[in-house]
Amino acid sequence: MTALLSVREVTLAFGPNTIQHDLSFDVRRGSIFAIMGGSGCGKSTMLKAMIGLLRPATGSILVDTEDYWAAPEARRTAIGRRFGVLFQSGALWSALTVGENVALPLRMFTGLNDTDIRRLVRLKLGLVGMENAVDRLPAELSGGMRKRAGLARALALDPDVLFLDEPSAGLDPITSSRLDDLILNLRDGLGATIVMVSHELPSLFAIADDGVFLDAETKTAIAQGSPSHLRDHGGDPRVTAFMRRERPAPRTPAQQDRP
Amino acid sequence: MKPPPGTEFPPTWHIDGDALTLRGDWLAQAGGTAAFPDDALAGVTRSLSLDMAGVGRWDSGLVAFLWDAKRSAAAAGIGFDTAGLPGSVRKLLGLLPDRTEPSPAAASRGFHPLTRFGGWIIGMLAETGILAVLLVAVSSGGVRAAAGRARMRGVDLLADVRDAGPGALIIVSVVNFLVGAILAFVGAVQLRKFAADMYVADLVAIALVREMAAVMTAIVMAGRTGGAYAARIATMQGNEEIDALTVVGIPVADYIVLPAILSLVFTMPLLYLYGCMVGMLGGFVVSIAMLSVTGAGYLHETLGAVPLNQFAFGFVKSIAFAMLIGVSSCRIGLKAGRSSADVGSAATSAVVTGIVGVIAVDAIFAVIAQVLNL
Repeated sequence: MTALLSVREVTLAFGPNTIQHDLSFDVRRGSIFAIMGGSGCGKSTMLKAMIGLLRPATGSILVDTEDYWAAPEARRTAIGRRFGVLFQSGALWSALTVGENVALPLRMFTGLNDTDIRRLVRLKLGLVGMENAVDRLPAELSGGMRKRAGLARALALDPDVLFLDEPSAGLDPITSSRLDDLILNLRDGLGATIVMVSHELPSLFAIADDGVFLDAETKTAIAQGSPSHLRDHGGDPRVTAFMRRERPAPRTPAQQDRP
Repeated sequence: MKPPPGTEFPPTWHIDGDALTLRGDWLAQAGGTAAFPDDALAGVTRSLSLDMAGVGRWDSGLVAFLWDAKRSAAAAGIGFDTAGLPGSVRKLLGLLPDRTEPSPAAASRGFHPLTRFGGWIIGMLAETGILAVLLVAVSSGGVRAAAGRARMRGVDLLADVRDAGPGALIIVSVVNFLVGAILAFVGAVQLRKFAADMYVADLVAIALVREMAAVMTAIVMAGRTGGAYAARIATMQGNEEIDALTVVGIPVADYIVLPAILSLVFTMPLLYLYGCMVGMLGGFVVSIAMLSVTGAGYLHETLGAVPLNQFAFGFVKSIAFAMLIGVSSCRIGLKAGRSSADVGSAATSAVVTGIVGVIAVDAIFAVIAQVLNL
């Protein structure tokens, strides 16, 4: 399978602070790719660079062999239209109803008439199980419903790549596993490629089939592969410890300090 | 077999006996979708089987059509056989329910004048009650603060005072200087007819001290500071910061509302005095430039025009304006909903309430002054 997205030698930085350096990985077409790592290691920052919100300090991100950040603004917008993004807390536009939230991209970027838009909006909301919430305002929804509505909006333009930022964070285990099933079904049904940022182990094991592990201390990727592979044959003790939910083994100097 | 990309095959479908056959490209964004008519299943007897071997490229346009068909079939009590579909389409259809309840129609908004009026009255009464409770809480917080046991932070009060006072000096200067200058212009044209040039100084001084400086300063502050307070508190509401304060047991009235009101009460009278001075300067500049008035003569006339109790009157008025703006903008911020649109409407409504309220209160003061012969 070919790589849909390729990250090449990317360094992410905010001013003088380097967040992650020399990251290289490929996202295969049709895979569910997880960006993993502890809190504050720069997972979400990596995602921002991939969806066009933050220019990497160095390196390039290739979308179908085209260098995203080297392209002019207009071309970047055109590439970005192939992306669907689910933000961490849904990021629904609070002044619009759920239906209008999904309809807005369709209205802006397609020439469809109102009837077709309404049918597609209902379909996208139906796919995430929210077809009855068309006329509700985001403020009236629970956290899980907001996420699902955000997912429906991300699906609005039938994206090739779906980016999910912490899709299951803040959801109960049942809702979260239902969302995992939904993501799997959407991937199989729509043939989309999914890039997700997560540190929720159950959902990582359940759906991701490839991934990269970012480390906060060395500020770079320390392992690549599917989450279950990393858990069982991770090699790096920091990665296996994370995947098995253990605390890293205490360091030797600390043991020497003991009387 | 999929056609090469770029070629367009319009989406078509037909029902032959019990079989629904689809052909062409079903790409939603290229208009490749169709509505499924309600009566299309009339000739189908038992179960609808599907054939999409002739379909080229497809996306949600196809799924939308098939979902319509699935729902019509369920409504007509006909089976819906998805065996002929590729696995991916089956998976998506599996996510979609057979039946959808029509989304609950918005509650009919007929014209019920009595209900509306009653609701409005109840709302007004409730608002009055809430406002009274807030005022009591703020006053008791104020008393506690005076006794040195305040549950607000001095830093917050200082920050608010700095923002409401020195931060507002420039705009207050500009507005009052221009008002003074305009008063002098208008007065000069009329008074010159009577060779009463010198009385421009009286006109400017009295108008500023009694009315204009206090009202203009209050309007500026309602727009500048009142709007900011309302937006800030509404944003805190949206971020659950107000909830967090309540849970920790820090009274919102002490921690947020009291510094806001106090900062306005401290700064507004001073800004009023400052506004009077700047306004008189504006009148002075215009008079010297336009009229045959000497600087010393203008100053002497001004000092004789306004007795000190006129300043006291304006002083009291600006304290009342400050409390009005502080209380109304904080209350509007606390009342706001939790979305970004609510923050905008809270800021708007705080500014409008502030400006209208200032002018209404000023009218009340004018009547009181008339009755008391001030």
